[in-house]
Amino acid sequence: MTELVATTPGLYPLPDWAKDELSELKGHQKGDLISGDEGPEIVETYDRARSEVVGAQVDAGLDRVVEGQLRWDDMLAHPLTVHENVETGGIVRYYDNNNFYRDPQVRGELTPSGDVAAELEAVETDDLQAVLPGPYSLADLATDEYYGDEADFLDAVAGFLAGEVGEFPSHETLFLLEPSLVENPPGDDGGERASEAVDRVAEATDADVVVHTYWGAVPEKTYAHLMDADVDAIGFDFVTDPDASLYNINEYGTKDAVAMGLVDGTNTLVESPETIRDRVEWVDERTHTDFERAYLTTNTELFYLPVNKFEAKLAALGDAAALAEVDA
Amino acid sequence: MSENNREQFRPDDHPNEHFLLTSIVGSYPKPKWLNRVSDLADDPDSKFTEEQLHEAHDDACRVIVDEHERTGLDTVSDGEMRRNEMVEFFADRIDGYEFNGPVKVWGHNYFDKPSVADDVEYAESWLVDEFEFTQAAASKPVKVPITGPYTLASWSFNEAYDDDAELSYALADLVNEEIEALVDAGARYIQIDEPALATTPDDHAIVGECLDRIVAGVPDEVRIGLHVCYGDYSRIYPELLEYPIDEFDVELCNGDYEQIDVFADPEFTTDLALGVVDVHTTEVESVEEIKENIREGFKVVPPENLTVSPDCGVKLLPREVARRKIENMVTATREIETELDAGEIDLGPEVSAD
Repeated sequence: MTELVATTPGLYPLPDWAKDELSELKGHQKGDLISGDEGPEIVETYDRARSEVVGAQVDAGLDRVVEGQLRWDDMLAHPLTVHENVETGGIVRYYDNNNFYRDPQVRGELTPSGDVAAELEAVETDDLQAVLPGPYSLADLATDEYYGDEADFLDAVAGFLAGEVGEFPSHETLFLLEPSLVENPPGDDGGERASEAVDRVAEATDADVVVHTYWGAVPEKTYAHLMDADVDAIGFDFVTDPDASLYNINEYGTKDAVAMGLVDGTNTLVESPETIRDRVEWVDERTHTDFERAYLTTNTELFYLPVNKFEAKLAALGDAAALAEVDA
Repeated sequence: MSENNREQFRPDDHPNEHFLLTSIVGSYPKPKWLNRVSDLADDPDSKFTEEQLHEAHDDACRVIVDEHERTGLDTVSDGEMRRNEMVEFFADRIDGYEFNGPVKVWGHNYFDKPSVADDVEYAESWLVDEFEFTQAAASKPVKVPITGPYTLASWSFNEAYDDDAELSYALADLVNEEIEALVDAGARYIQIDEPALATTPDDHAIVGECLDRIVAGVPDEVRIGLHVCYGDYSRIYPELLEYPIDEFDVELCNGDYEQIDVFADPEFTTDLALGVVDVHTTEVESVEEIKENIREGFKVVPPENLTVSPDCGVKLLPREVARRKIENMVTATREIETELDAGEIDLGPEVSAD
């Protein structure tokens, strides 16, 4: 019987009051975004906002609790944009969205910074799930002005992320978000490197590691390489391209556990728990794999949504996992 | 396209034989006092009423129309004084839309991205009141900018339609209805704004289908423009020549006309409305600089098919900077016309660009 675990890939919308307060405290311009050394008033505001989104996950009955990544002004590029050896360049488009982040230009050695670990320390829960960009996506979102070689740069980013993970407090699960494997997949010899980079980060923790992919399905060659990585689960976007995701699973197999992106993180239409459960069954019936565990999640990060719909989606995920357990 | 409908905008006292139509793209900086009173009207503790805000909008509209006329523009607008944002304003007036709260664009910049929760329907006029007031305040023809259906669809959450194309087509039918009402009210120059096309150029056929629906039944003498900005135009050219429009309005000054050659081959067969002042720099281009920029347009179309405008809406500029840019733009255009009349500008394709 498959254990159903309700969770999310993090990167939440700020509560509306925090949007206002932080706009006021920080400002609206490029130079006003998070730097990693923010003052006490800003820290205190984020603390309150974090408590609120942690509470929302508990209320929704989620089985894993994320920190919410509310400080990540630059979305998945955040771990680099706050780094001392990284300068931030112009505002660039975030994947195919009407969202923008500061281009992180790496100009020195990527030593561990402890920035993300400090956020996780502030969360009080026994069900902590850490969230990081996967090494391939983080390298893809950045500009290398220091390492000079694509392979060396990816290796450095993987080493940096492994160092960050090494400082994390105890956590149940680590989600590595790898949308760039879909949006800008590696070339011929890059697939293996991307997989090895994931391995390097995964080795740094004893927790279960999920490599979550979205904006569609990973091309099959890249997927075949990703299967070589020693992780506990791969995550699939069953909202954007369910058929291609199924194809990868049925053609190349998958891990004993799976993450199912079943709830649309980019649309305000709220899926009912029954709809989510139907989608679980849809995947189950077509994969012929007995999963030990299935993480039920949104396909993408959640900051695209207004707060009311974001909270409704958390509740639907929590209820769906509970419903399905009763039924199973 | 079937006839030259730009002549109707030539002023009676136009000083030159040649006529390069001067125009604006849409938005203009709001007077600071209008922003202040808008805040007051939102503040429940203030005594400032909605009626007083309406009066303030009327006043601002008159001021900006007058400012446009003083710069010498051939066609004017109210600078979108009554509009808050290019999607919200329309979503607020269309049945089927709802608002759930702000979402992030970047950093702490948010947008009240609406959701299409039900079939979209035309409930009330969007722009006829605005147009009638502006027309009464103006002595020059008024241009009406409308956010296009593809952008209205792309920049909303779509809960109700199978895909964004279906939603775009449903919205295009509503835009058509609004344009018919505007034409009945006397509008003769309408610009469809489709900035979303620049971010997803592969959808150019969807925009084409939308435009077919938008212009259905609209008389030929009504000038229809399409404005797109900040994109890679090679991905929508020459396909855009198939669009049923009189004028394609594009920002190119910001990119220093690097993309102008895109439109030179194959031959550009509609009118070109060329951006000749940059809306993202507060430095006011000189008349000489702007004349150079206007000449870039002659690489694509002859003078009788060239319209002159700023790159985009100018609302983010300080108001005085915006005014001076438009003023210089008009002066430069009139000087170019004089030089054309005198045969001083050689338009021959065999002449090198220097």
